[in-house]
Amino acid sequence: MMHRPMTRGLAALCLLATLTGCAGPKQLYSWNGYQPQVYAHLKNDGKSSPEEQIIELEKGIQQAAAKGAQVPPGYHAHLGLLYLNTGRTDQALAAWNQEKALFPESTKYIDFLIGNMKKNRS
Amino acid sequence: MRTPSIQRTSLCSLVATAALLAGCAAPVKTDYTAFRAAKPASILVLPPVNESPEVNATFSMLAQATYPLAEGGYYVMPVTLVNETFHQNGLTVATDMHQVPVAKLKEIFGADAALYMKITRYGSTYTVLSSAAVVSAEARLVDLSTGTLLWSGRASASSDENNNNSGGGLAGLLVAAIVKQIMNSVTDASHNVAGVTSARLLSSGTPNGLLYGPRSPLYGKDNTN
Repeated sequence: MMHRPMTRGLAALCLLATLTGCAGPKQLYSWNGYQPQVYAHLKNDGKSSPEEQIIELEKGIQQAAAKGAQVPPGYHAHLGLLYLNTGRTDQALAAWNQEKALFPESTKYIDFLIGNMKKNRS
Repeated sequence: MRTPSIQRTSLCSLVATAALLAGCAAPVKTDYTAFRAAKPASILVLPPVNESPEVNATFSMLAQATYPLAEGGYYVMPVTLVNETFHQNGLTVATDMHQVPVAKLKEIFGADAALYMKITRYGSTYTVLSSAAVVSAEARLVDLSTGTLLWSGRASASSDENNNNSGGGLAGLLVAAIVKQIMNSVTDASHNVAGVTSARLLSSGTPNGLLYGPRSPLYGKDNTN
């Protein structure tokens, strides 16, 4: 009579261990509203200004840094676009270089963007 | 007392093995040969083609695509800038963007692979008993060096689903965990559902799903054999 509940308990424990095992590692990145900000920018329905979106994204970088976490691919690049659209070209350049430093996979495209920006400025 | 405890231990490993086999190792359907050989590290997500009447669908799905791909270990080209680059080159409609030759995409964006998505349903559907937001989409991952199809899939999600039953056993639970991350402050039912569709469609390690990318600790450890 005592055996059944114990066996069941053990089985549950094993299953839990298996589930946790499968779930694998934690998140790779600290997202901090990146995708909602991207959606707000793309929709462009006037509900938030580029300046407000910049403030939110800058806040997210600080929050990630405080946790020792990394922001996801595209985060600095998108912030760079918002800087560019609000005339802050030096900050745009810095943000894009940051994207490149964190994710060398972006090098070719970021160089293309920087080249375009310099062409448009001169 | 010794023998039963040994039996329990072996029972435990048996249960664990069975669970692993049943849940983690999906029934093999997708052929990953080309995918494995190509080893893509970066993905260019093209703005999805929208076959639904909802005008926001393309941007909604595009905004939800980065999360599952990046968490799966891929570098995802910045979606807003990519959209901007297309516009600056006179391409404003997703169907036109999807027609650009792969060599040209490779030249400009430098990505290893491109993800072509098509939204087949987006928005509210009303039945006699309930109304639900439904989002369905298809996706193809194409090698930008060769034009080879590496992977394809489709997924659907509805606001009407039972939250505890997201389907797919253990893999379903994994997706449910991702979904929790996506269900955030946005008060846009269809957009939230698009996030679930995106997670189901583009998460690595799901049955017939994408393989893990190089930035994931699970890279090369996919249960697809």
